[in-house]
Amino acid sequence: MPAHARNLPSLRACIAHLEGEAAHAREVLPFGVDALDRRLPQGGLALGCLHEVAGGGNGAVDGAAAACFAAGIAARLPGQVLWCVTEADLFAPGLEQAGLPPDRVIHVEAGDDRSVLASMEEGLRHGALAAVVGDVAHLSMTASRRLHLAAKGTGTMGIALRRWRRQADASDFGQPTAAMTRWRISVLPSAPLPVPGVGRARWLIELIRARAGECMDMELEACDGSGHLGLPADVADRPAAAAGGQHAFG
Amino acid sequence: MWPIDRLRRQADSTPSAEAPLILAGRVGNRRVVTAACPEAQALGLRVGMPVSKAQALVPDLQIKPADPQADAESLERLALWVLQRISPIVAADPPDGVVIDSTGADHLHGGEAAMLEALMGRMALSGITARAAIADSWGAAHALARHVADPTVIAAPGTAEAVLAALPLEALRLPPATAAGLRTLGFATIGDLIGQPRAPLTRRFGPELCRRLDQALGDAAEPIVPLRPEGLIEVRRAFAEPIGAAETIARHIGKLVSLLCKALEEKGLGARRLDLLCTRVDNRIETVRVGLAVPQRDPARLTRLLCDRIETIAPGFGIEIMTLTATIAEPLVPRQAATSLLEEPAPDISGLIDALVNRVGARSVYRLAPVASDVPERSVTRIPPLAEPVGAGWPNHWPRPARLLPRPEPIDTMALLPDQPPNWFSWRGIRRRVRRADGPERVYGEWWKRDAELSAVRDYFQVEDEAGERYWVFRQGDGEDRTTGSHGWFLHGVFG
Repeated sequence: MPAHARNLPSLRACIAHLEGEAAHAREVLPFGVDALDRRLPQGGLALGCLHEVAGGGNGAVDGAAAACFAAGIAARLPGQVLWCVTEADLFAPGLEQAGLPPDRVIHVEAGDDRSVLASMEEGLRHGALAAVVGDVAHLSMTASRRLHLAAKGTGTMGIALRRWRRQADASDFGQPTAAMTRWRISVLPSAPLPVPGVGRARWLIELIRARAGECMDMELEACDGSGHLGLPADVADRPAAAAGGQHAFG
Repeated sequence: MWPIDRLRRQADSTPSAEAPLILAGRVGNRRVVTAACPEAQALGLRVGMPVSKAQALVPDLQIKPADPQADAESLERLALWVLQRISPIVAADPPDGVVIDSTGADHLHGGEAAMLEALMGRMALSGITARAAIADSWGAAHALARHVADPTVIAAPGTAEAVLAALPLEALRLPPATAAGLRTLGFATIGDLIGQPRAPLTRRFGPELCRRLDQALGDAAEPIVPLRPEGLIEVRRAFAEPIGAAETIARHIGKLVSLLCKALEEKGLGARRLDLLCTRVDNRIETVRVGLAVPQRDPARLTRLLCDRIETIAPGFGIEIMTLTATIAEPLVPRQAATSLLEEPAPDISGLIDALVNRVGARSVYRLAPVASDVPERSVTRIPPLAEPVGAGWPNHWPRPARLLPRPEPIDTMALLPDQPPNWFSWRGIRRRVRRADGPERVYGEWWKRDAELSAVRDYFQVEDEAGERYWVFRQGDGEDRTTGSHGWFLHGVFG
């Protein structure tokens, strides 16, 4: 085992070299939740890459939680955000409450998947944007590779928000793509409040796939007004999470 | 109607719009009516009627002298307006028409129907009565616009013969004598003519008749000579050998753009709209139109925008002449770069906006801005992507969903009146139990917009079902008074 452990970093370096990514160390965007960041390669979400986000359950169709998750990520990057959709159903006040003010978002209503992908690539290649988000149903290996390379060239973060017309189509999420990470955001019942009402939304955040990293899942509280996720109080109080729980409500 | 509309648009020259108005011109020795407004037509006045007879029929008739010269000039100006906004190939079609080749331009306006609708809307706003038709050929569109359109009609490709068959002979743009002669022979509609042997017709009426028939059916070419006003910045290249390869076209676009940019620089202008016209060997013109968000004369950027669209040019047997025009040019003054050493200048994204706009259309690239309205679907408006930052957001008292349904969908519920959230609801065939809920948030109708909203009320609730999915539902009405709404429940949005 120790021999394996010694070999692992050199193997990783070798693979990174083969992928042509050794030249520049990637910048990352930490989530600000230690328990989550610790389990991500390099401690955050890599910039200059394509990431995939989808909703779980009914979220695969409405894409609401996934949109808030993507908005929270984009909100914490400086600059304008390009959001490409096939049909306009985003509600800007809702995005603002996930941390993304309307002045920072340029919407593109592209009509079909192909135009969405082309618009995303255009945005990623431009380089002056903070992030490019696109609602796409079908994302082929070739298309995702194009987006990933475009993102790599400029260091802009690309987020493919996978969203399908029918829940049955969501099995498409298993197909391989060139994305760096793949997330599934499912809604969970919120913690009961002492008074009648609805508390802060809670998500089950699953990292289904990460290049050079491990899968994980975690229960977190949804984005606040600045785009930060929160560690739920009942999780933060557990001994296992206590060490990294200082930043839970950042 | 054009001469009347033109006269009415020239402010205040007509004291009262209600009094019937006719225009009088001379035909030979007679003074006849050359145009009559709708009020006058309703009173039985017709074009071609002697003026004295019209005066006898309607006592308080307004009569203005006809001015065909001014009409033609004004029509030219209208054509220029259409050229700048709708399509690169536009020509005036006197006495009362404008012909537009919309090939390659309609997608920028969201399709043919949307383009016509926008065009008619603008015309109506300017007080011009217009009718429009889209068809395969100039002749067919001319006939449809004047005899079928009400106010617009779009003929599907390849149906010219079928739609023309029922129209009267005058729709063929024939001299009045020819039309009258054909009527004498018993022909009433274009359909009667289509199946006839051509030789006897040509022998009797000359070649004009069959030429017009072929043009209307699209069998004979009828190129539109595009309107080119004075002072338009235009560069042109003619090729000894027709070109066809995409790389060659791209190279020549580059050369044309650098020439155009020099011409623009001399005048201190930047292009807002560029038209590339490629005249093919078979005398058809392929067009590419690109729009820019801000005035530009950067050759690299303009070349890139045009080259993105090369795939839409069908070179056929080759392109002989390429013409590049700055259809709309605006002053472009040198701007001072950011002076402060501390402040990072904001990155320039106008190039990206231009690329996106030319790909998906100007209406599909936008930013959203708040509107002071409590009704959710009215609280958001679209503004141009490069508009100044608004700075303000929406009031943050209540949670708002991330996705809003295009229109609220009715749901079945069981709820206590007047102000309890539903116990359960079923939406799209799935029944969900409500575990937690927040509300009501009362939204009042905007009576200053519509009378029907005077007492309308919506009560919004945020509900969470057993799985944790959150929805935004509302009840129409306040739960007590039937006049405030139907008390039906609707689902309006999904929270993330």
